[in-house]
Amino acid sequence: MSRRRVVVTGLGATTPIGGDVTTSWSALLAGTSGVRNLTEEWAQTLPVHFAARVAVEPAEQMERVELRRLDRSEQFALVASREAWKDAGSPEVDKERLGVVIASGIGGVTTLLDQYDILREKGARLVSPHTVPMLMPNGPAANVGLELQARAGVHTPVSACASGAEAIGYALEMIRNDRADIVVSGGVEAAIHVMPMSGFAAMKALSTRNDEPARASRPYDLNRDGFVLGEGGGILVLEEYEHAVARGARIYCEIAGQGLTSDGYHIAAPDPDGAGVQRAVKFALRDSGLTTKDIVHLNAHATSTPAGDVAEANALRAALGTDADHVAVSATKSMTGHLLGGAGAIESVFIVKTLQDRLAPPTINIDDLDPAVTVDVVRDKPRALPAGDIAALNDSFGFGGHNVVLVFKSI
Amino acid sequence: MALAPADVLAGLKEIVEEVVGIPAASIELDKNFTDDLEVDSLSMVEVVVAAEERFGVKIPDEAVTDLATVGDAVNFIVNAAK
Repeated sequence: MSRRRVVVTGLGATTPIGGDVTTSWSALLAGTSGVRNLTEEWAQTLPVHFAARVAVEPAEQMERVELRRLDRSEQFALVASREAWKDAGSPEVDKERLGVVIASGIGGVTTLLDQYDILREKGARLVSPHTVPMLMPNGPAANVGLELQARAGVHTPVSACASGAEAIGYALEMIRNDRADIVVSGGVEAAIHVMPMSGFAAMKALSTRNDEPARASRPYDLNRDGFVLGEGGGILVLEEYEHAVARGARIYCEIAGQGLTSDGYHIAAPDPDGAGVQRAVKFALRDSGLTTKDIVHLNAHATSTPAGDVAEANALRAALGTDADHVAVSATKSMTGHLLGGAGAIESVFIVKTLQDRLAPPTINIDDLDPAVTVDVVRDKPRALPAGDIAALNDSFGFGGHNVVLVFKSI
Repeated sequence: MALAPADVLAGLKEIVEEVVGIPAASIELDKNFTDDLEVDSLSMVEVVVAAEERFGVKIPDEAVTDLATVGDAVNFIVNAAK
């Protein structure tokens, strides 16, 4: 029996540069930064005064009563999933063949911390009965699963900043393994809060370019000084190919494979040899039945940290060899900031749009390209991709040494 | 401090509207929290805590299970405040 093929039939997103996919994609092609100063008082107490909040608040996209029972990460998941489901044509599907896999890196951290404040100030009686369903990391997946009445399985893989990509890979396997015909998949994050930001700042992971927030996220630039925390989420509706054809669905592209490895090197630092990343690329290509010759675009993890960007670029160069010369590399975190568990998901949404429009988005804020970066970076303006059959990679890495590479190809 | 049933009803209407979004105008004494007002077990905890704060009464957990309708809650709160 030949393997079940999986295609993308719906997209949804809420990002720092747009409240939906169309707006986000236009802003991305235009090279728009979503990074802004934080207006909260606590921001002034941190070494970092800025972040990339969503462009459109969930309060403008959902009912009030719904909002108050949902953590912000769950709100993002529902907003993006509703868009994606509608985009897929609100398919009629056997609910026992419908799955949901949505990840987040940190879960309902703002709920946890806000309720802890209430506990300390007002006592246990005043802690919300919605606290646990709001803070659990599987809350975003669970709420979407509930809304769609998905009964094939609702899952939440967690691997820090690789979570969103891992969720999409898990969804791919659910369909390949014949557990489901449609899976709503992706990742979200809502961690712009004094506590997690203090933690990232203590690691010296965040950019402190307070005088120029919109220019702070600068992957591959010689003077990059850390990542910019972003929030939001991205959702892809994955569907078994024959199922999509049978219902006359609009098919964006195929998700052709994935490669997963782990470094076994350090809890937070990238392996400078990038061996784990190289193996993940190799496995992803093998899983897809493609070779390095087929790849024309890569949406990089590139978070704008001094060590990470070069380690990744070196690993990609090693994995792709001379074929790296025809791979247009885009670092869209230069515009969206780093959505942690949502990153691999919004970047997968962007790859699907890239394949559809055959236009690789730009990387902004590179004043001086770091000479140690040995890949072909798309700078400042979008770049046209070739006609014919093309394929693209999305790589994501997470604290803990998790490496995920997804492969998308035109259809 | 004695509370007037009409005032308690008005307060409960506001609380229920805040918690589950049902318009206050459609909330009457005979409405069942679960069946008519979509107040599930978690939302009921919110309603009870908000009512305790607002009316200065204690509504023990064992009493909550007997509060099927808005009228039951009004009666309980009025009696508890006497």
